[in-house]
Amino acid sequence: MQRRAFMQCLAWGGTALVWAARGGVLSASALGEADAAAADFTFAQISDTHVGFSGEANRDALGTLRDSIDGINALDQRPAFLLHTGDLSHAQKAGAFDTLAESLKAVKTERIFYVPGEHDVALDGGKDYLARYGAGTYEGRGYQSFDYGGVHFVGLVNVLSYTPGVGGALGDEQLAWVRRDLAAQPSSTPIVVFSHVPLWAVYPAWGWTTADGEQVIGMLRRFGSVTALNGHIHQVLQKVEGTITFHSARSTAFPQPAPGAAPNPGPMKVEATQLRRLLGVREVRYTEGTGPLAIVERPLG
Amino acid sequence: MTRTALTAALSVALACADTAHAATPRVEIQQFAFSPARLEVPVGTTVVWTNRDDESHTVTALDRRYTSSGLEHGESYAHRFNAPGTYTYFCALHPHMTATVVVK
Repeated sequence: MQRRAFMQCLAWGGTALVWAARGGVLSASALGEADAAAADFTFAQISDTHVGFSGEANRDALGTLRDSIDGINALDQRPAFLLHTGDLSHAQKAGAFDTLAESLKAVKTERIFYVPGEHDVALDGGKDYLARYGAGTYEGRGYQSFDYGGVHFVGLVNVLSYTPGVGGALGDEQLAWVRRDLAAQPSSTPIVVFSHVPLWAVYPAWGWTTADGEQVIGMLRRFGSVTALNGHIHQVLQKVEGTITFHSARSTAFPQPAPGAAPNPGPMKVEATQLRRLLGVREVRYTEGTGPLAIVERPLG
Repeated sequence: MTRTALTAALSVALACADTAHAATPRVEIQQFAFSPARLEVPVGTTVVWTNRDDESHTVTALDRRYTSSGLEHGESYAHRFNAPGTYTYFCALHPHMTATVVVK
């Protein structure tokens, strides 16, 4: 058997979600239940900050973003980096990217990696987003890969395809890049792939799918440990398929209904006392040789 | 002129104005759909869209020659159609939402 690397995920009780994996299988746990043993490294995932949102579902989305950041900063182990899985802004409202950048300066971490959501690119085809966040990505296109602590991370863009009849998709050029990128990795390397829209078909009727996501999933099957992280649907949802585990993260701004639980997706109004339980971030803990990535969901309340 | 007669004259004048320019056609965005999905207007007409959903939507030309910003609940967007043709538009955030304006 090839050397297996394992990740541990830890979720915390804010609006961010903490991820840990063991033996290639991700599991979520409530705050306090997570393995307290020090991981080789941890990272945090934040998603769907929707800066500029001011609807009834949350009149203070900047406040819940601040609380989420406080949650990340309160983690026992400082995350090596932060992944933002898209919808940084709410429909590219004026000043939203600047406001987010200012807010995220408070996060105690070395670096933040981003992938865009459709709200970040729908109005101008991604021009502003890529000017701000394209540096360091493949040819400035927004997708990228990097290695950290023996784990290979791949950030994908599946929101530049939003035209009638398509919705979320990666496109042939990006698929070719992913194929080349993964070809260089031995099957024993733990893989974390992150995108905004889920790569798997969570609920196609609401656009909660990536049209050509199955092609990437096919490329990932040979790996012993794959963790796929996404946002977009504003709720925690998990699926295990062989060695691949899929995890959808909460938003820091507003919740959405469960698939099919309402006539349409969109901001869901809930009791004020419930809201903070439905927002949050995620911590992911990785410990080589101990088991699957450990994912810890951290709701705000 | 009596008050009644004045009111009647004004009503006629307004009715004539309506006939000449047509009332501003309105499209409602509701339940993730444009209503009406097909609108016929004369050249030079300004169409107004209003978002009635809690979710944001846009009014975006298929060729992206024009687009609204993200419309929140109750917000409107207006666009004037200056040339005849069939114009398909969609919501850039929910691209399964499509509709057409036919300009004659």
